[in-house]
Amino acid sequence: MDNTLDLTVSSAPHVKSEETTSNIMYQVILALVPVMFASFYFFGPGAIYLLLTCGITAMLSEVAVQKLRGKPVTINDGSALLTGLILALTLPPDLPLWMAVFGSVVAIVLGKHIFGGLGYNVFNPALMGRAFLTLSYVVSMTEWTAPNGGVDTLSTATPLEGEAEVINLFIGRVGGSLGETSALAILLGGLYLLYKGYIDWRIPVGYLGTVAVLTTLVGEQGASFHLFAGGLMFGAIFMATDMVTSPVTKKGRWIFAIGCGFITVIIRVFGNYPEGVLFSILLMNMCVPLIDQYTLPQIYGEVKANG
Amino acid sequence: MATRGDFQGGIHLPYNKELAKDEPITEISMPEEIIIPLSQHIGAPCEPLVEVGDEVKAGQKIGESSEFVSAPVHASLSGTVKAIEPRPNASGDSVESIVIEVAQEQESISYEQERSIDEVSEEEIVEAAREAGIVGMGGASFPTSVKLSPPDDKPIDTVLINACECEPYLTCDHRMMLEQGEELIAGVKLLMKAVGAEKCYIGIEDNKPDAIKNLKGLADDSRIKIQSVPTQYPQGSEKHLITTVLGKEVPSGALPFEVGALVQNVATAIALYEAVAFGKPSLERVVTVTGQNIKQPANLLVKIGTPVQHIVDECGGFIENKTKVVVGGPMTGNAQSDLNVPITKGSSGIIALPEKMVKGNDDYISCMKCGACVENCPMRLYPNKISTLVEENDYDETENYYPLDCVECGICSYVCPARRPVVQQIKKAKGEIAAKKH
Repeated sequence: MDNTLDLTVSSAPHVKSEETTSNIMYQVILALVPVMFASFYFFGPGAIYLLLTCGITAMLSEVAVQKLRGKPVTINDGSALLTGLILALTLPPDLPLWMAVFGSVVAIVLGKHIFGGLGYNVFNPALMGRAFLTLSYVVSMTEWTAPNGGVDTLSTATPLEGEAEVINLFIGRVGGSLGETSALAILLGGLYLLYKGYIDWRIPVGYLGTVAVLTTLVGEQGASFHLFAGGLMFGAIFMATDMVTSPVTKKGRWIFAIGCGFITVIIRVFGNYPEGVLFSILLMNMCVPLIDQYTLPQIYGEVKANG
Repeated sequence: MATRGDFQGGIHLPYNKELAKDEPITEISMPEEIIIPLSQHIGAPCEPLVEVGDEVKAGQKIGESSEFVSAPVHASLSGTVKAIEPRPNASGDSVESIVIEVAQEQESISYEQERSIDEVSEEEIVEAAREAGIVGMGGASFPTSVKLSPPDDKPIDTVLINACECEPYLTCDHRMMLEQGEELIAGVKLLMKAVGAEKCYIGIEDNKPDAIKNLKGLADDSRIKIQSVPTQYPQGSEKHLITTVLGKEVPSGALPFEVGALVQNVATAIALYEAVAFGKPSLERVVTVTGQNIKQPANLLVKIGTPVQHIVDECGGFIENKTKVVVGGPMTGNAQSDLNVPITKGSSGIIALPEKMVKGNDDYISCMKCGACVENCPMRLYPNKISTLVEENDYDETENYYPLDCVECGICSYVCPARRPVVQQIKKAKGEIAAKKH
């Protein structure tokens, strides 16, 4: 028996959890299904075209960059697809598809691979794509189709610029970006992610809580409007919680979330842009290395210097 | 901060203890050859006291060092010294070893006369531990006589018996608590006497209620408390057991005596009792042979120096030929490339894992900062940061993140979804930092 024995040697630990990076990515994609379904329900086939365009472009961009850099192609890990889908869900339903292509390329190439690829990026890649589009195509990025618009795709104001019933905001029967309108669908996905432990509750709770408190104090439209309008719910649950670009410490996650909420309210209430979610998360992304550094827990048995 | 009853971090694992936990301790046949490494402990290696060709008797001291931090080695069976040469051991190193061809007719040296454990002095206990070559049998292999000689200005008030057995699969301590409870309690009393401790806690994870019950029935001394502790890896880490039971944290870089505690494992306490009462040297130990790929899981009383191959054969061999064989526990033990390595005083288990359970780190990817290692690290370190710094060969920078405080429990690697060999990288950082300081 000895001569046929085949011994595997590797370092400890010899047992591992089943969790993998790609499983996490696909689980988040699964959590997006209610949001994607809502976007199709409210905005029709155009939603599907945008989702497909962004998802496919993001994956092709990833392959192209990795081939150019001579790196292994990791398209199967699901992260590029996830970035593409999240980007699509932040876009106006009638955005020309070529613009969506541009946005996806920017998200993957400038948002992710310029920093070294998965795990190294400072900014949420989807938000980088979205920021590029917002700044480049101001008009197209602010034309909001009425939901179930069908024949007359009227350009209506984003709810943040007008009035809307809170119940409509909650269900998603309002104009807005593809995946941002239905708080109901977003919360369904968010609850799944919380249940699976893929997002830390501190981030959405800290973010939404800060917005609620501050808009109660200074907002003209009140907290319930601000919570459900615009991209806040989607941003707080699916974008601020991105593992790569949010802190690793619990205390850090509170600071990050409260910072996001603070900046969002400043932009929404006092700024020229109606929406502050995009820039608040990007700005806080920038602070993450610093936040992590200053919120590391005291190690076990730490001995204070000169103590 | 530290509170009694818990420590921060740690995880729950699939324990797989049912494979072997009901197998009583049994003896095995004699191997043809035993390999006694001259270093089975932390500290100075022994010098051989015998030459090739010498006849040795079971129990005879065959290696010794004059250094304080060391432990002598003994022939575990009678026979002829066949060679004194470097042999691979289970840690993957090559260690100078005395190889003995085992004789058919076994002959023991006569041990000292039996003595009552109530009458021995503190010095006699420490001396017996040293003479018997007793080292920590939980895996760390630190010489027990040294642990029993703390500095004079660090009084020890509490003895902690580490009976957690928090590593998955292993059941040897569990079996000893069920089958050798009296010896354990006697060993505990000796430990308390040796260091002048006023109380003792036997910390047992709450997944072993039968052991807790058995020892509660046997503990006839009000100073000895059987303490049920939560089943949570790495509860059996010396520092974490102290935190759970005493609510104190051992200062960074210090030893348990700093907080007035002495921690000893179950098998070590029993070995100490046997050394003091009968003069019996550290010749044998209980080894759990288990895993989904071993035909007959068992808890075996094995002579020190027995080759792993012989023990595997005694257990019916492997189910599949492609396997991973770990000596020690699955979280911290070593995978073997050669089964002709000896069981030493610190080897608690032999675990055979089938191929489908073996996950390597060959295809690991970049860290996406999920924070799982940070959240679960029982030392509250920043493992992923150290991991990426090691990848960049920036060892100077790693020192800011305390790699030297890592207890190498392996949780960071276990939880990492990117399959990064985090604990291995931290060990590498430790090595590089130590090398730089020399």
